[in-house]
Amino acid sequence: MKKSNKTFVEKIKSEDYSFYYNGKPALKNINISFPDKMVTSIVGPSGCGKTTLLRSINRLNDLIPKTTFSGDIFLDGISIFDKGVSTVLLRRKVGMIFQKSNPFPKSIFDNIAFGIKVNNITNDKHRIEFEVEQALKISGLWSEVKDNLSAPAMGLSGGQQQRLCLARALAVKPEILLLDEPAGALDPASTSKIEELIHTIKKTITIVIVTHNLQQAARLSDYTAFILNGELVEFDKTTKIFTNPSVKQTEDYVTGRFG
Amino acid sequence: MKNLFDTSTFFIWTAGIALGVILVIFSGIIYISTVGATDYFVPGKINRIQILGDSMILGQIISVQNVTDEFGGIDESILVKVGNREIYGYDFVRLEKSKIKKNNIDKNHPIIIERMQNGNFIGYLNGIVKNTDTIYFYSKPDKEVLLDLFDISNSIKSDIRVYEVEKIGNLNSKIDNIRRKINKLDYQSRRDNKAGKNELRQQLEEQIQSLESKYSEYMELIDELYQKSNSFALLVSDISGNNHIIPAINIHSYYYPNDLGIIPKIKLISKKLWEFVVLEPRESNTEGGIFPAIFGTVMMVILMSIIAVPIGVVTALFLNEYAGNGWWVKIIRITVYNLAGVPSIVFGIFGLGFFIYGVGGTIDSIFYPEYSPAPVWGTGGILWASLTLALLTVPVVIVSTEEALSSIPTEIREASIALGATKLQMVSKILLPASTPGIMTGLILAIARGAGEVAPLMITGVVKLAPDLPLDSTFPFFHLERKFMHLGFHIYDVGFQSPNVEAGFPMLFMTTLLLIIIVVMLNMIAIHIRSKLRQKISQGLL
Repeated sequence: MKKSNKTFVEKIKSEDYSFYYNGKPALKNINISFPDKMVTSIVGPSGCGKTTLLRSINRLNDLIPKTTFSGDIFLDGISIFDKGVSTVLLRRKVGMIFQKSNPFPKSIFDNIAFGIKVNNITNDKHRIEFEVEQALKISGLWSEVKDNLSAPAMGLSGGQQQRLCLARALAVKPEILLLDEPAGALDPASTSKIEELIHTIKKTITIVIVTHNLQQAARLSDYTAFILNGELVEFDKTTKIFTNPSVKQTEDYVTGRFG
Repeated sequence: MKNLFDTSTFFIWTAGIALGVILVIFSGIIYISTVGATDYFVPGKINRIQILGDSMILGQIISVQNVTDEFGGIDESILVKVGNREIYGYDFVRLEKSKIKKNNIDKNHPIIIERMQNGNFIGYLNGIVKNTDTIYFYSKPDKEVLLDLFDISNSIKSDIRVYEVEKIGNLNSKIDNIRRKINKLDYQSRRDNKAGKNELRQQLEEQIQSLESKYSEYMELIDELYQKSNSFALLVSDISGNNHIIPAINIHSYYYPNDLGIIPKIKLISKKLWEFVVLEPRESNTEGGIFPAIFGTVMMVILMSIIAVPIGVVTALFLNEYAGNGWWVKIIRITVYNLAGVPSIVFGIFGLGFFIYGVGGTIDSIFYPEYSPAPVWGTGGILWASLTLALLTVPVVIVSTEEALSSIPTEIREASIALGATKLQMVSKILLPASTPGIMTGLILAIARGAGEVAPLMITGVVKLAPDLPLDSTFPFFHLERKFMHLGFHIYDVGFQSPNVEAGFPMLFMTTLLLIIIVVMLNMIAIHIRSKLRQKISQGLL
């Protein structure tokens, strides 16, 4: 697979970032930078803190009670924990796709229009319709659902639902997209559709993807981070991680010796 | 035996039997009330009964019971409705079968006349009195002549109504208004401790005097009309051959029960049913309809829902979405859940103390000091009763809304937050629509509990007979301070507090049946709305 030769421009950066659930550390002193308009994958065994790191970037962990953190995370050089930063605006910039597709119990149209409306992107009916159509076209769902946009989103297949969630996230025009095992619950055909989609959007959006599927990480990403027990073991170009890792644990993991 | 418990067969059977028992009990209730109620609507035949000693009785046999006579033998005791309360002093007699010489259906065309006062007259129609003429019927009564008579009496009746209800009603409200102004002046001068505006007071007094003279004018007119109406009457006789005159104006309806064909009978039954639903009660609730009670019940339930649902939903949203999970939240939640089990009379007493004496009394002392000591809001009324019942049912709404909210997956919440929605947007645009079926379930349970509740209402505003509906055409249309009638209380009153229990019996059954029907109907409406909402949600339209 062809890898882009773009230069590494830092978009997100964490500095000594640690995260605790109930006082127990889930992430320990993470220092990592995610490149702009490239795909970075985070790999590691279950429970190593991948998802926690991902959810820290859009501060979704704020919703979980009894959690604390130390260190800092910067987006475009500005701390996301700064008092002046609004989580609402942050989350508008940083979209997210979850492992389990989670469309709202609304129609297909309303699912996508929701983000446009709550972010006050536009209130014009025709603009909203246009944006919904665009988002559905990007996610490749348009041809499948254009005739019944008012149908319930829950009636779509699992793969379609996940692409709908992608369209929903893209409709608010995020700069960063966080993907938490987006194909974790999908069949191979749906998975490849999602992967194609990631390929088409990565030119314009910074993507961070958490995955268990090492082939997927190798196929999709420009950079790969390997996390073990809450610590960042190695972060480098994907080709390097998979062919010539500098740390023994990484090599053991990518060659399938544990995890 | 071990095998029996191992398989699920045993439990399926137990559950089936339990369900069967409940169904039998429920259909039993419906059956008993229906049978009891039919007595009220299906006109029974009139029997001519000769007792030992040769006195004759004319009446409808209501029920037959086995009793033990003084010699230890078994005798039948027959309850006969003889009517004519003003003549005999009672309208039911109990006879032992052994003392009856002869008992057969009267073939001399006896008539039942339903009167506005004194219950039914049972006897024979002999003629009519029209102005100064007396017309005797020798064979069958002339229908045309009777219709003519009732036409005249009805027109007099409507004239009287115009004076009694509209004109005098208007006068009364005018006088009330002026009295209130005078009271206010008096109150102000008393409060400021100085002489009031005597001139103004004088003027108002004069106005009252002129209105009162008008009032007595109207009363004279009404008296005249009543005098006039007395000269249009039916000439009837009872079984002993004594003649009586019943003014047509006092007659609600009449029929010949022994001569009714099948179609007139059906007509009569449907007319009675209709009147039962749309008319006001007469004769201390044992005759007439129960419209005010139906109206009061439905209006109270609607008011209660309007109050209970928003409060319950907002409370549940706060508890589930905002309050977190601290120990005091847990205590509040347990307290709320336990409120559902507090005896309703306790809520009634709370309503009396807090709403009526507390809130109502305060409103009175601030806005209506001139009425003192007569209360306006500081006494039972439909608003206070509805508020009390809303308190009683709000835990039900809270519990089912919380259940609905907590069944919405975390992923949905996270998805909306991750899209940049604020918490309020998430709650109002995602969680609330998704939990509407649960809220409706709460409403259904609340209605089921609220509509049948009587005890707390008895001390917060229900009365035996309310002169006015809480909703009418005089400004401000909703009179929420008014007392009201309620089907549940009506059952208690007619069945157990009535001076003439036997006369009210069929009414009692019919009211019971109607209360069940109304509760079922209110529930069905709510269930229908809920299924519509579910459909909408599943189609993603909400």
